[in-house]
Amino acid sequence: MSPSSPPGGTLPAVHTHCPYCALQCGTILSERDGAVTVEPSDFPVNQGALCRKGWTAPALLDAPDRLRHPLVRRADGVLRPASWDEALDTVTDRVRALQAAHGRDAVAVFGGGGLTNEKAYLLGKFARVAMGTSLIDYNGRFCMSAAAVAGTAAFGTDRGLPFPVTDLDGAQAVLLAGANIAETMPPLLRHLDRAELIVVDPRRSRTADRAKLHLSPRPGTDLALALGLLHAAVTEGLCDDAYIAERTGGFDAAWRHAAAWWPERAEEVSGVPAGRQREAVRILARARHAYVLTGRGAEQHSKGADTVAAYINLALALGLPGRAGSGYGCLTGQGNGQGGREHGQKADQLPGYRRIDDPDARAHVAAVWGVDPRSLPGPGRPAVELLQSLGTGQGPRGLLVFGSNPAVSAPRSALVGERLAAADLLVVADFVPSETTQLADVVLPVAQWAEEEGTMTNLEGRLLRRRALRPPPPGVRTDLEVLRDLAVRLGQPPGRFPVEPREVFDELGRASRGGPADYSGISHRRLDAQETLHWPCPTDEHPGTPRLFLHRFAHPDGRARFAPVEHRDAAESPSVRYPLIATTGRTLAHYQSGAQTRRVPELNAGVPEPVLEIHPDTAARARLADGMLARISSARGSAVARVRTVDSLRADTVFLPFHFPGAYRANLITNPATDPRSGMPEFKVAAVRVEPATGWT
Amino acid sequence: MSGIVVIGTGPAGHRLVTRLRRHDGTAAVRVIGAERRPAYNRVLLTDVLAGRLRPGQLELPAHDGGVRVHQGVTALGIDRRGRLVHTDDGRVHGYDRLVLATGARPVLPVLRGLLRPDGGMAEGAAAVRTLADAARLPGEGPAVVLGGGVLGVETALALRRSGRDVVLVHRNRRLMNRQLDDRSADLLAGQVRSEGVVVECGRRVRAFAPGRVLLDDGRTVPCAALLVCAGVRPVTGLARTAGLAVRRGVVVDGLLRTSDPRIHAIGDCAEYDGTVAGRVTAAWDQADTLAALLTGGTGHYRGTPPATRLRGPRPELAVIGRPDASGAETVLLSDSERYARLVLDAGGRLLGGILFGLPEAAAAAGQHYAHGLPLPPARLAFLLGTRPVRTAPARPADDLVVCHCNIVTRGQLAAAWRSGSTSAAQLVAATRATTGCGGCLAEITEFSRELAGDGAA
Repeated sequence: MSPSSPPGGTLPAVHTHCPYCALQCGTILSERDGAVTVEPSDFPVNQGALCRKGWTAPALLDAPDRLRHPLVRRADGVLRPASWDEALDTVTDRVRALQAAHGRDAVAVFGGGGLTNEKAYLLGKFARVAMGTSLIDYNGRFCMSAAAVAGTAAFGTDRGLPFPVTDLDGAQAVLLAGANIAETMPPLLRHLDRAELIVVDPRRSRTADRAKLHLSPRPGTDLALALGLLHAAVTEGLCDDAYIAERTGGFDAAWRHAAAWWPERAEEVSGVPAGRQREAVRILARARHAYVLTGRGAEQHSKGADTVAAYINLALALGLPGRAGSGYGCLTGQGNGQGGREHGQKADQLPGYRRIDDPDARAHVAAVWGVDPRSLPGPGRPAVELLQSLGTGQGPRGLLVFGSNPAVSAPRSALVGERLAAADLLVVADFVPSETTQLADVVLPVAQWAEEEGTMTNLEGRLLRRRALRPPPPGVRTDLEVLRDLAVRLGQPPGRFPVEPREVFDELGRASRGGPADYSGISHRRLDAQETLHWPCPTDEHPGTPRLFLHRFAHPDGRARFAPVEHRDAAESPSVRYPLIATTGRTLAHYQSGAQTRRVPELNAGVPEPVLEIHPDTAARARLADGMLARISSARGSAVARVRTVDSLRADTVFLPFHFPGAYRANLITNPATDPRSGMPEFKVAAVRVEPATGWT
Repeated sequence: MSGIVVIGTGPAGHRLVTRLRRHDGTAAVRVIGAERRPAYNRVLLTDVLAGRLRPGQLELPAHDGGVRVHQGVTALGIDRRGRLVHTDDGRVHGYDRLVLATGARPVLPVLRGLLRPDGGMAEGAAAVRTLADAARLPGEGPAVVLGGGVLGVETALALRRSGRDVVLVHRNRRLMNRQLDDRSADLLAGQVRSEGVVVECGRRVRAFAPGRVLLDDGRTVPCAALLVCAGVRPVTGLARTAGLAVRRGVVVDGLLRTSDPRIHAIGDCAEYDGTVAGRVTAAWDQADTLAALLTGGTGHYRGTPPATRLRGPRPELAVIGRPDASGAETVLLSDSERYARLVLDAGGRLLGGILFGLPEAAAAAGQHYAHGLPLPPARLAFLLGTRPVRTAPARPADDLVVCHCNIVTRGQLAAAWRSGSTSAAQLVAATRATTGCGGCLAEITEFSRELAGDGAA
């Protein structure tokens, strides 16, 4: 499958998917005279569309500063080129030394939601079997963890969209809670053309601009608003009582909390007019086909799981989930944010979306891996706690990072940077330099999207083939090869860590068999034969499951569960010193920490630095004007951004995108307070003040 | 056994106990409540009257198993020296801290026929305070609501929504006269009338007899149900008998202590800074503060800013702070359907306001008031809930972005046209416009027509 690159020739086009978000838009890559071009395919999610990130993705393949050989930090403190053997030996020698001195948990592993299923799976196995550490988690903790907890509690299993994206085409009404898809997933909007949109977002985002109804809550009050919506559904007589009786449990307990949130009270807390709350519920209730979809805006709070649960409660009260043409879904963010959360790179999890503290799951997976179940570690620590404990003596002393850039993407990133720098050993596998590789002791250059085979699971739980257009550049290995090379050096038999993605996938299938996310009937072969397969798919003959829950939910009694949730304040409230609320998010031109998109000249030229969105009155009071550089300060630190006044924004709120490095990192100011249920950090609410950034131009 | 004893299961008592247990899962808490049924949310009583909620739906979340609740038990007296509460079931409860959350009782006006000889209310008449009150009401027939304060207005509208004929009798010439000025009261009366309620302001009820009431102008009004919404009076008997300082309510300080530091009072029975708030939000604030204090935390109650928001859907009425305050600036808006009166301090912050028929501004003003934010300079836009008109700097049309997903400007489209992409489809191929979310397709098509027209001209 990996044709060599004939200079001056044309390679056959390959059908693959965009390297970025969870839509995983279908693309066709071709190469002529060394130049790679991309065309959108007619894949049902994007149907011939692509956003700017997708169109310009080939530029990533020829990033001028591509990592092409391992780097090892020398005695002089400088990262210098090294051979693979030297780099790998350095890693394993130091892992062994740390573990010998301080125990197995002295070294941790940090993964990413962009890794293929094969890599995510093998990374989890590598941590538990080759390293024997309980400490593995991943950056999906910053994206999907809150929705995953709430979805599992409500439905018994968590698949972002339990229906195909194309089902949205028939929707008459869609509530988007904290999702700005016009910027983060533009092609998805094509499926919402006919629906009346209700958009919940403190900002009048480009998505909100398209909405029939825009609800603009004060950041951190989404849960109060969702309770107000449920209250309105009940008192306006809009609930589906028959559905509630037949298909759900726990309504009364959930209502007892929502009862205290009549819309006028939710208005007082959230600022969303009571009449708009009632209108939103009426729009949803009178639609024959309606959906409630949540995104990071609802989820990235220290009460993220409860907030999602409150939106699920609303969807259940209206009788939407598990009904053809209606439903609840969470819009997964990262490319493999779905598959990445199913196969064991999460602290408490084994492949197949199983729990690591479940004895049956341990026995099953240990048998597939050929190890004693007792040798498998127990649950580890969630990401924020893991990173903050690094190098403190209270946590791991070494960290291996695959496919993530926590120096930019983690909350309170100055502290995270300190912790990464303080670690006795930091190993980073990536394909371009990042703010995290700069801190590393060893950097391992790995293959990227169009140079490797594998599978991704997109936001609708559909398995997709990622295919190689061309081989990795000389000197670069695949992540699977790196894991095998490390495992063997740590004493594992080579056969236990296969490097062929197809082979890894088959093993993943066996490991997932019988679990909630059962991939065992899926194979590269079936996907290459263009079968449309959504998990669960338990046998080779099984057609996959495009729609979950149509007949029953995944709890033993088949019923969905309402959750009794109560509003609580954000971890931090504005004060005299920090009178405004900063909320963070994304822009269209960039993806995640920007390590990739900032290397695409067209994207970076368009959006080279972060823009602080601020209401003109608020800006004037802070002596800021359009085009000036502002310093945004919280109790954690300060970040710098270019001012853009936006008169549709709430005067108490400023917005900052998080894709930028150094002093521009929005996460320098974010609050690492986490949700007790999911470990999700509070990216969406920080108390700040703004002022002109003196000394910057 | 000692620990914390709470008398009262209304919103204040319930919230306090919930928070106590949340802050300290081992806190020993006992609750004494006179009503026989589990604690419920009395704010929603009018929804029961409107037929929108069943009585059972008002029940509050049950406390966890660590809380002992004595339901249907009345506290008879407090022995402060022995730190004991005596109850009518013959028991004695020791306490380290005692919390009075005894609430308030409806005020019953002097009115012939309202009371039976035994002191109970006559058949067909009820207050609007408890579920038992609601259960007393005859299910159908015309209703008369006595009292046009917040509760009276909400009650009249609720009964009307349930399909009954309703007459609202209020002795002041303005509805909600404690909150509203003339104009807003007029608008409110108009709206209440338009919902089908007969409003009789400046009138009193002289007498009640089964089936009718007699007004002070001599008219008789059919009345199957008389609902008395004439205000409430704090329940302070226990405190008074125990020798605690009582004025209108049980006097408390910023730590919510009565004159006996081991005894606290919160909610409708408590008087702080000369005021009995009588609002559920104040009761909750007090409960939250006290729960923190009783579990080793810190806090200080400093009053709850007054705010009245009629529960909807109609009318849209909000009263914030002290509209009668004198400020540096007054903003007025008044037309046939809408009214706003905002009083601002020199910094543009709200001291008080009345907003009628302005739902967006009501929500926004509430937030500005609660968080002490100055109002935007564009006052009219603020009141109307629109964006202010700003003169945007002239921007060359060429720089206008048409396709945001791929950042394609009019200038780029025009340039592509001049380079030979002379149809919408060719413009798309040349610039990638429309290939993201697809939202600009119509604009591109229109623009290409425009360009074609230019070429023809």
